[in-house]
Amino acid sequence: MRTITYRQALNEALAEELTRDENVVIMGEEVAEYNGAYKVTEGLLDRFGPKRVVDTPISEAGFIGMGIGASMLGVRPVMELMFWSFAYVAFDQMINNAGCVRYMSGGLIHCPIVVRGPANGGTNVGATHSHTPENFIANTPGLKVVCPATPYDAKGLMKTAIRDNDPVYVMENTLLYGESGDVPDEEYTIPLGVADVKREGSDLSIIGHGRAVITALQAAEVLEKEHQLSVEVVDLRSVRPLDEETILSSVRKTNRALLVDENKPFCAVSSHIAAVIQEKAFDYLDAPIARLNALDAPAIYSPPLEKIQLPNVDAVVKKALHVCS
Amino acid sequence: MNATKDYAEAPINQQLSAEEKISFLREMMRIRRFEQASLKQYQQGKMGGFLHLYIGQESVAVGTVSLAGDNDHIITAYRDHGHALAVGMSMNECMAELYGKATGCSKGKGGSMHFFAPDKRYWGGHGIVAGQTPLGAGLAYGLKYQGITGSCLCYLGDGAINQGAYHESLNLAALFDLPVIYVIENNGYSMGTSQQRSSAFKSCLAERADGYNIVWDQANGEDLYEVRAKAQVAIERAHEESRPSVLEIDTYRYYGHSVADANSKKYRSPEEIDRYKQHHDPVNLWQQRLIDEGVIDTDKAKEIDLAAKEEAKASVQFAEDSAFPEPEAILEDVYYEVDTDSEAGQTGRHFFND
Ligand SMILES: Cc1ncc(C[n+]2csc(CCOP(=O)(O)OP(=O)(O)O)c2C)c(N)n1
Ligand SMILES: [Mg+2]
Repeated sequence: MRTITYRQALNEALAEELTRDENVVIMGEEVAEYNGAYKVTEGLLDRFGPKRVVDTPISEAGFIGMGIGASMLGVRPVMELMFWSFAYVAFDQMINNAGCVRYMSGGLIHCPIVVRGPANGGTNVGATHSHTPENFIANTPGLKVVCPATPYDAKGLMKTAIRDNDPVYVMENTLLYGESGDVPDEEYTIPLGVADVKREGSDLSIIGHGRAVITALQAAEVLEKEHQLSVEVVDLRSVRPLDEETILSSVRKTNRALLVDENKPFCAVSSHIAAVIQEKAFDYLDAPIARLNALDAPAIYSPPLEKIQLPNVDAVVKKALHVCS
Repeated sequence: MNATKDYAEAPINQQLSAEEKISFLREMMRIRRFEQASLKQYQQGKMGGFLHLYIGQESVAVGTVSLAGDNDHIITAYRDHGHALAVGMSMNECMAELYGKATGCSKGKGGSMHFFAPDKRYWGGHGIVAGQTPLGAGLAYGLKYQGITGSCLCYLGDGAINQGAYHESLNLAALFDLPVIYVIENNGYSMGTSQQRSSAFKSCLAERADGYNIVWDQANGEDLYEVRAKAQVAIERAHEESRPSVLEIDTYRYYGHSVADANSKKYRSPEEIDRYKQHHDPVNLWQQRLIDEGVIDTDKAKEIDLAAKEEAKASVQFAEDSAFPEPEAILEDVYYEVDTDSEAGQTGRHFFND
């Protein structure tokens, strides 16, 4: 085991897959010569050269669509969006083309493409730069979406995403890039659609994905120390495919569920999880399912207010106490 | 380009009073001092997010906006502080916005990239590269639709010209005869990517307009007279013929793409930056020009600069003394109908926490 950052973990995943498969190509704005706006692709140009690591102009619809087209022929592009928010200018390509071409061709075509980059609020960059579109993507059959919370998951999920033969959209988090965690020396992958119980507990299940998992883990500590509550934290890791069984078995054990989610509340990932739990574990619930989402407005710039807008430890603790009261 | 032509002789410049010429110097110095003050505060951790400085490009905003009349509208990208001050926004409201304070121009909700002042016909401040370019066409469309003789000055960077939205806008503008002027502020780089590495072109970036049958031109941004002379032609075309234009203005940014740009001295040489500062600085060159013309002397220039510096300092104090928005403000300004408590705002649920 080594301790490396989330950023390094992603970088290793990219480097290993570039080495393993010559069809893998990294593309995006500032990924090569600049070494990545957030340094995720650092050193890759030097190691793999300009055929494998390609800088693009600021033309998301064009270059993402180009990657999708190349993937139909068997190239395996890993496209960086400097921010996932910029995907919004490329949505036609990402949804209509990557998401539907397999179905519309009756299964004749598939798109082994990865689109990755940070998708998060909390960095005071305002409404246009702080979107979390995992719920939009998960609403499109044909697309897969994963949101790693730790360096270990980031590396394992990224490698799997690159090997997957469907479009996999990986949503990272700028606030996690610098966070460290244990990662094995030897090679490993993590299957999509397998959740991870990040902390075991018996009184309450907190379920989330991405950075919300880290927030939940911190809140679980407080709940244990200050309120003697034993909290289980379930990390979805992959939103679609979704590991329903791990969610349900946790709720059947604790009988209470709090869903923490940086999505805005309307048709959020947590909305879907709530539906799954009430359909399949209703009889096990001792309290209504609770949700804690981002406050329902575009992301505010003002730094102290953006802290309040996103689910934070205090808010999780408060909500958890309510669910357990 | 005609390097020897003296654009001071253009009629639009001939008619300038000494006072007006001095006011351009004042505006450019105010922008520079404001940005220097904001940089200092950013580095002290007083602001979050990004800070894209306009220093080096002041002549573009000041020169073009100086021509805008009552029905000429302005819209730009995220490097928007210079245009904001040029249209007459106060340093106080701008600095407070950077601080995320309730007294900011956008009540602390937009931040550096999202300044707005519709009362001054300033429609932002847009964070998504080229996202403002269809809006610029739309403002021009709106003017034309309402039978108003006016124009929209829509600014974009040399990197932004590669977005589809810009090309679609050009086609619409030409097809519908819209009075919009696309001002390409060509500072040579989009983040760490030079113009050569990001754009395919024949002689210059504006030339792409040819394909849409739009008249285009290029200007040397270090010369305020030239910026004004060429922008005036485009504005007249908008007013008199309701036709679009593309004007590419060569300029340079001294700082990184944003203050967070750690590589700003890697993708271009310190010598290159120095050369611009020494020989092509639009503020210095304009000051020298006015001294040569006998409009001001060095003392007067210093006095103007000092006043700009003081004003910037005072705006920092204003921002410091202002309050952050109240938490309730997060859910305000989302829907017009809800904020105004209209009938439409009262039916159905608009917000979904708890
Ligand atoms: C759609 C989109 N893609 C990428 C970005 C990130 N980004 C912001 S500014 C910028 C460079 C733009 O360069 P240019 O158009 O030359 O303007 P300048 O910054 O030089 O003023 C990039 C890549 C963005 N904001 N929006
Ligand atoms: Mg540029």
